[in-house]
Amino acid sequence: MTITEDAPAAHVGSRRLRKEDPALLTGEARFIDDLALPGAIWVGVVRSTEAHANIVGIDGSAALEIDGVHEVLSGADLAPLWGEGALPCAWPVTPDMKNPTHLPVATTTAKYVGDAVAVVLADSRYAAADGAAAVVVDYEPLPAVVEIEDAVADGAPLVHADLESNECYTWGLWGDNAAAVDAAFAEAAHVVSERYLQQRLIPAPMEPRGCAAVPSPAGGELTLYSATQIPHILKVMTAVVLGIPENKLRVVAPSVGGGFGCKLNVYAEEILCSALAMQRGAPVRWTEGRTEGAVSTIQGRGQVQHIEMAADAGGKVQAVRVKLLADMGAYLQLVTPGVPLLGGFLYHGCYDIPNYMFECTSVFTNRTPTDAYRGAGRPEATYAVERAMDSLAVSVGVSPEEIRARNFIAADAFPYESSAGLVFDSGDYQAVLDKAVALAGLSERRADQARRAAEGSSKRLGIGFSSYVEMCGLAPSRVLASLDYGAGGWEAATVRISPTCKVQVVTGSTPHGQGHETCWSMIVADQLGVDPDDVEVLHSDTAVSPTGLDTYGSRSLAVGGTAVYMATEKVIDKARAIAAHQLEASEDDLEFSGGVFRVRGTPEAEVPLAGIAFAAFTAHDLPDGMEPNLEAHVTYDPPNFTFPNGTHIAVVEVDTDTGDVDLIDYVAVDDCGVQINPLVVEGQVHGGILQGAAQALYEDAVYNSDGQLVSANLGDYLVPSAAEAPRFRLDSHATPSPTNPMGVKGVGEAGTIAAAPAVINAVVDALRDLGVTDVDMPASPQTVWKAIADAQGGAS
Amino acid sequence: MIPAAFDYEVAESADHAIALLAEHGDDAKLLAGGHSLIPMMRYRLATPSVLVDVGRLDDLRYIRTGNGTVSIGALTRHSELEHSAELAGACPMLASVAALVGDPAVRHRGTLGGTLAHSDPASDLPAAVLALGGTIVAQGPGGSREIAATDFFTGYFESVLAADEMITEVRVPAGGGGWNYQKFNRRAQDWAIVGAAVAGGGSGVSLVNMGSTPIRASGVEAAVAGGASAAEAAAVAADGLEPPDDLNADAEYRSHLARVLTERALNAAGVA
Repeated sequence: MTITEDAPAAHVGSRRLRKEDPALLTGEARFIDDLALPGAIWVGVVRSTEAHANIVGIDGSAALEIDGVHEVLSGADLAPLWGEGALPCAWPVTPDMKNPTHLPVATTTAKYVGDAVAVVLADSRYAAADGAAAVVVDYEPLPAVVEIEDAVADGAPLVHADLESNECYTWGLWGDNAAAVDAAFAEAAHVVSERYLQQRLIPAPMEPRGCAAVPSPAGGELTLYSATQIPHILKVMTAVVLGIPENKLRVVAPSVGGGFGCKLNVYAEEILCSALAMQRGAPVRWTEGRTEGAVSTIQGRGQVQHIEMAADAGGKVQAVRVKLLADMGAYLQLVTPGVPLLGGFLYHGCYDIPNYMFECTSVFTNRTPTDAYRGAGRPEATYAVERAMDSLAVSVGVSPEEIRARNFIAADAFPYESSAGLVFDSGDYQAVLDKAVALAGLSERRADQARRAAEGSSKRLGIGFSSYVEMCGLAPSRVLASLDYGAGGWEAATVRISPTCKVQVVTGSTPHGQGHETCWSMIVADQLGVDPDDVEVLHSDTAVSPTGLDTYGSRSLAVGGTAVYMATEKVIDKARAIAAHQLEASEDDLEFSGGVFRVRGTPEAEVPLAGIAFAAFTAHDLPDGMEPNLEAHVTYDPPNFTFPNGTHIAVVEVDTDTGDVDLIDYVAVDDCGVQINPLVVEGQVHGGILQGAAQALYEDAVYNSDGQLVSANLGDYLVPSAAEAPRFRLDSHATPSPTNPMGVKGVGEAGTIAAAPAVINAVVDALRDLGVTDVDMPASPQTVWKAIADAQGGAS
Repeated sequence: MIPAAFDYEVAESADHAIALLAEHGDDAKLLAGGHSLIPMMRYRLATPSVLVDVGRLDDLRYIRTGNGTVSIGALTRHSELEHSAELAGACPMLASVAALVGDPAVRHRGTLGGTLAHSDPASDLPAAVLALGGTIVAQGPGGSREIAATDFFTGYFESVLAADEMITEVRVPAGGGGWNYQKFNRRAQDWAIVGAAVAGGGSGVSLVNMGSTPIRASGVEAAVAGGASAAEAAAVAADGLEPPDDLNADAEYRSHLARVLTERALNAAGVA
């Protein structure tokens, strides 16, 4: 757009560089392990090397010989610190859900490799590590349940001896619809029935976890620093678990190097360090090691999915029926049981499927707890739906794009009430798909694919589609209540204008790499007509930002950003009243643009916001009864979720001699609503796609039959790098969400949700004429090569 | 991920390094680029009590050609091999293989002598030196000796180097026929799942990560010498080998890869 004096510069929509980056790129940013805390006690955690074992004895004598190691404490020694308290699960999804008591340090039985069984206190991180390695734990091994389906097998060992089975809960979404679903299957011309595996994933943010609890013995206060996504929730939970008065507790998240959901939790080490710091009157800290984190931080996914679709002769799907087995791991962390439910509403994908049935049985295994990992339930749902749609396309004899076109929710159907009970806000799924098809050069690709197949080439081409819709902007508090979630879904913001017309925004949404400071500044700058560099965004410290519900579920912009927008509007309203007072005009006659209030029709009668800000500060001449200063606070509870959507197309070249999959092109057309900063959006989409492609091709938390994680380091757990990234070719098709005033939807998880099925559909597409109909994730070269060999009759 | 405690000594010269090794015995390890040793120490798979840092011995960073031989100082970085115009002319295979090691950070620290001394069967450059018929010069308290690459590697992370010996130079023939290196891995930064190196128009063939050492594929060499086609020669690449079994590949798949990659390398090296 042309910038003129009449049309002030619009920052929203521009590719503004992130204001966070100079500090991050120069090393100025301070992460948890950078904190200088003289005299701190370093914690080393002794972790179970057994998947399931009674703890017979703990011998710390060798550890205590090490210079700098002062104490070795067992779970029993530590138990008085938390008394009746235990690590919290905030999402009891059913009234009869089993939630075994989860102590920060186990006392009698270790339930997974990585379970904390003792603690070493030392002068330094090095001494703590040496000490932890020197503690000798005497285990009496017990039978372990490792794989999901083994947990529900007859005669399965019990993860928790005091429970009668390994089943945690069964949650269903079928209402009175079961008969209609059955009827649709009875009448179907095409039935697709598929079983998919969602392997476990290690979140592996660039910064591992860490925490430091710093007491103020004189005042009885405690400050807990943690590499967390959720300082506000952590504060409440720590106060409840340890009985610390909430007014005596402050939680600070310093610069946090990513989380992807794994820092959306309340962890043993946070409780442990807090309790010890209060007891000892000294700072107590812990920094996670990378291989330690592979077992001590939550893992993602871990599901066995059964999906069935019933379609009529034309391929229009009439019913979908889903049964999941979901792996909780050994214990329930903060939202562990709720993760499958977040997908449970979306197994009809972006399609108009009238009959819906979803059931999830979640089970305990002797493995690290699972919990939210980028997408949390929705990547799993999208994977199953999009893989099954491709199977249906084959059955019906139409292309992947045609089967999708025949089933999309129509653009004129919004707001659309889904058979799973949600109301979708906006979208034009066909337009999005058409854009993606054009961008991908689909017809040329298909011609190339056919040519190679006809030649019997060993370099096969595959084209994979994934059309997705997700529910974001978590979440309307009343909806969360209906799902038995233990908190609300609102977000808070405060906007203040200083005497010199600089702006301070306090947000309850806690960034850990997303770019909140940049984006909130752009929003507010446009609203107020100020420079984004004059907007300061404060966050991540409960002393500065006391009210908030933090960052997860692609909620920051749709909920937190909306709160900021609304608080700014509230400030403008107050400024307008002062301007009207100064200009002796009616508020209704004032217009506000480019940071200046003007009386309509009387252009010379104007007052800039800067003048109002100073007047509000001096308070010499304010309207009767008005409080001084320009400041407003808003807590926004969204009326609905938002529903970002899109179509992604992956193009792979498969080397049939080696099984190697090369992701040669990747097209993504996303509708995340109105974009605040396309640069930030593209960064989220790039990273998200690579993270989804990582599940499809690279990453796998592999456990052996003894329950040992054998891919516990970054040499064996294959997080892809930029060198493995495909060409990203992006476009967008915004249908503004009517749910919030800016029309935004969220984009933090979109790429991850869409990418895995697009890539696997492409691999299967490449090999279909060789007889391959399915390839498990990750589609490693060996897996693909063996799938080809099996399809060709087992010969290699 | 925190190494056990160790002492650290800086060697001022090769003689000094060898003297320090003699002084500290089996507890000492040479530290060059550190990109293999330090990760092993962080996992406590290696717990040397003394590190002798030879990384500053710049007189052992050189690439010289003459008399049909390329002589390379042991402390020469992979990135120096990768970008050397002299090496690109005299032994382009070694430059090309060096460019495939790890990632740029690894290549800027890792050294040719270090990777040979480490003797990891999954590393690229040892196999390349083996295929090229290279010679390794090692210095010990009694002076220097020359070791043929074919005699150098003895097992997983083991070679004929004595505890008080240090590699000072590596020699490979200059020029010498068609060559190719096929590295198969899942991520650019990783070790080869399997690799196949062909030098001298098929007279030197070696395999990466197909056993406990870099392996000279003598059966393939003999087949090529006997006039076999690339496909025929490659068919015997995995014969008699016992490749490792890990998360990326079982023995059957590795053997298959060895055949496929050997055929590709032979073809690219000009063996029909």
